[in-house]
Amino acid sequence: MKEIDTKKLINFSINGTPAQAKEGWTVLDTARNMGIHIPTLCHHEAVEPSGACRLCVVEARDGAWSKVVVSCMYPPYEGVEILTDSERVKNVRRWVLEMLLAQCPASREIKALAAEYGVKSTRFRIKNPEEQCMLCGLCVRVCAEVVGVQAISLGSRGVLKHVSTPYMVPNRACIACGSCVTVCPTGAMQARLDKVRGDVSQRTGHGFAH
Amino acid sequence: MERITSIQQLELLKNSLQKAKESGRNVVRVCLGPGCRAQGADKVAAAFRDTVRQQGLPVKIEPLIKETGCHGFCKEGPLVTLVPSGLFYSRVKPEDVEEIVEKTIKKQEVISRLLYSENGTSYRTANEIPFYKRQMKLASRNVGDIDPLNIEDAIANDAYQAAAKAFSSMSPDQVIKEVEISGLRGRGGAGFPTGRKWRSASNAVKKRPGPVYVVCNGDEGDPGAFMDCAIMEGDPHSVIEGMIIAAYALDARQGFIYVREEYPFAIRNLTIAMDQARSVGLLGKNIMGSGFDFDIRINRGAGAYVCGESTALFLSIEGKPGEPRAKYIRSVERGLWDRPTVLNNVETWANIPVIIEKGGEWFSKIGVPGSTGTKAFSLVGKVKNVGLVEVPMGVPLSTIVEEIGGGIPGKGAFKAVQTGGPSGGCIPYKLKDVSVDYDSLTKIGSIMGSGGMIVMDDKDCVVDVARYFLRFLEEESCGKCLPCRLGLEAMLEFLDNFTQGKGSLEDIEELKSLAKAVQDGALCALGGSAPNPMLTTLEYFREEYEAHIVDKRCPAGVCKALITYHIDPEACTGCGLCAGICPQSCITGEEKSPHKIVQNACNRCGLCMDLCKFSAITVS
Repeated sequence: MKEIDTKKLINFSINGTPAQAKEGWTVLDTARNMGIHIPTLCHHEAVEPSGACRLCVVEARDGAWSKVVVSCMYPPYEGVEILTDSERVKNVRRWVLEMLLAQCPASREIKALAAEYGVKSTRFRIKNPEEQCMLCGLCVRVCAEVVGVQAISLGSRGVLKHVSTPYMVPNRACIACGSCVTVCPTGAMQARLDKVRGDVSQRTGHGFAH
Repeated sequence: MERITSIQQLELLKNSLQKAKESGRNVVRVCLGPGCRAQGADKVAAAFRDTVRQQGLPVKIEPLIKETGCHGFCKEGPLVTLVPSGLFYSRVKPEDVEEIVEKTIKKQEVISRLLYSENGTSYRTANEIPFYKRQMKLASRNVGDIDPLNIEDAIANDAYQAAAKAFSSMSPDQVIKEVEISGLRGRGGAGFPTGRKWRSASNAVKKRPGPVYVVCNGDEGDPGAFMDCAIMEGDPHSVIEGMIIAAYALDARQGFIYVREEYPFAIRNLTIAMDQARSVGLLGKNIMGSGFDFDIRINRGAGAYVCGESTALFLSIEGKPGEPRAKYIRSVERGLWDRPTVLNNVETWANIPVIIEKGGEWFSKIGVPGSTGTKAFSLVGKVKNVGLVEVPMGVPLSTIVEEIGGGIPGKGAFKAVQTGGPSGGCIPYKLKDVSVDYDSLTKIGSIMGSGGMIVMDDKDCVVDVARYFLRFLEEESCGKCLPCRLGLEAMLEFLDNFTQGKGSLEDIEELKSLAKAVQDGALCALGGSAPNPMLTTLEYFREEYEAHIVDKRCPAGVCKALITYHIDPEACTGCGLCAGICPQSCITGEEKSPHKIVQNACNRCGLCMDLCKFSAITVS
């Protein structure tokens, strides 16, 4: 867990409004504390941030220097200016939302989120119209960090990446707790759960949640 | 060899080894670098050993056969250098060996056939050859000179002297100070000041006492780059010594060298070098009797390009999937196993002993302000002298390509140079006099990178080059973040279309907007810099992109969908060679009369053009 020194405050700004962060807070933590909305998908308070979905990008400016960063991980420092809606941020967010629409076209949550930012169609090729998973890896992190069993992982790399169990067979390490289903932001894990836990009727005894 | 238990003992050993070396004994250095080995240098070395053994030469003449690392002049390999005469023989075949022993070694006669010649001049020694003249070897100082599998040879060439100097007369703080003064910047690509990195790590340890690690990044994966390979193979001790010095400065106990599995000789040579260093007390417990313990372990990379990225490399060493993480907290504070870690590239490590031995001040005077020292490059592509070069920073690019590289072979015209690998940019001919240093290259949209330098001529299509690098990165993307996983795939689709004459001018604008989103949005430098080759070629060669899209034409004659091969009836002698080799059997014609290509059957493989002895086949 983060070691937080609650006494020390960091002064910076978000969209021109003065902001104060406690030591250990990220830009996202501070923005939420102030009631400023930044969209997120792969972020969950129960696990360490991973910065995979890139939806929570903001622009950090310091004089002439400027960089697009992910707010879920970026630690603010004294005097930095954060912009949640600059042109650069909008460009990244628009393209990321289009990518999401192509990645998981079957997800209602993603469609609603994209529409919120005015993105209704995608220029990317849709490979699987049934796909709901956007490979944010939240399920994998919850399984490892919270449940502590590592029953699922992200396999392969690049465009072939997928969530699966080792050797793609049901994994006896799975305790069928359902945490992965709960945290999944698009509902994709629901359909995969049986492939992970296998035949529940055959699974009893120690370490099993049901 | 006896165990070295004091610094004086190392000094004595070095002196006696040097004396033996200077005794005038004949030495035959056979280059076994990657280039020469591929051209059969191991057979040449074996032939030398056999011949010498069979002949039973008198002790005074009998040469020592030394298999060394890369001599650099790969194009002329296999290379053989003779000591003490300094004679430099190129393109040596096993059949030449007996003659060399008979004539040169026994009678000191020069075999002029084996000397390197250029424009009618033949050169007796390496230093006279234009390829070597402008070079300056610091990081690769002993590469090609020493036998990497023999620690005595390395010690005779001053290996471990800098570590001894640091142990005996410098405080850890002074060591860091010296590296800071040198102005050395990371040779892996980003160019972060090494001294500042060490200082930050040293401060981080003071704040959070506990283990600290030094790591060497030998995961050189850029297409066409082999500088680090040559150093690890040819002089592994320079890397080990550099790491020992950093370990002393930071009080580290454990180091790691991450080498890609594709470099089996680098792994072998490093392992043997480390074993030898350990057995003589230069690595491991109580180094040189100083009471200081430090050891190194080799981790082999399993073939993921992204594991050359620092945070992915750490995860890979920890045994986890190599996926980068955001670097808002630097690895000097939280790196390997969440502890302060100094990660440097092979070439950076190899520079450290020189800096400690000769002083940071001395080093800082080489090169240009802001980019001190030298840089090794692997010069490849459409250039006469393909090979490994090391030059002071700040030399013009044209010097490397035209003087050292000897310019473009054949009738081709110098078009561009790709520096920095897939993350770098394409430098056009009109900017050929740019100073090769970190800041100048960044200013024109490219990067120094780790040192790959790919020269292109007018037969190379920039759209195809951009597509090649993008495809490489799309395959190597870890897939953690969306902009890299899907963005690169979509960018590649645009470029695939362009090379087929599809797409529109609006597509170029859309591609640029997507490229910006990928640059800004990607998690690590792999994705963030992936659009660079495309963006620089688009900036400097926009007309070539437009030729593909608007005129449906590939000016360089590369993109298969847009070219046709023709036979010039004037030049064709009707020899029939092309018709015989054509895999589609689509070349027809009578013997001794001009042939023709049946266009709809041609698959544009270009074999006929490569083979034709009369330049009768043209592409348009």
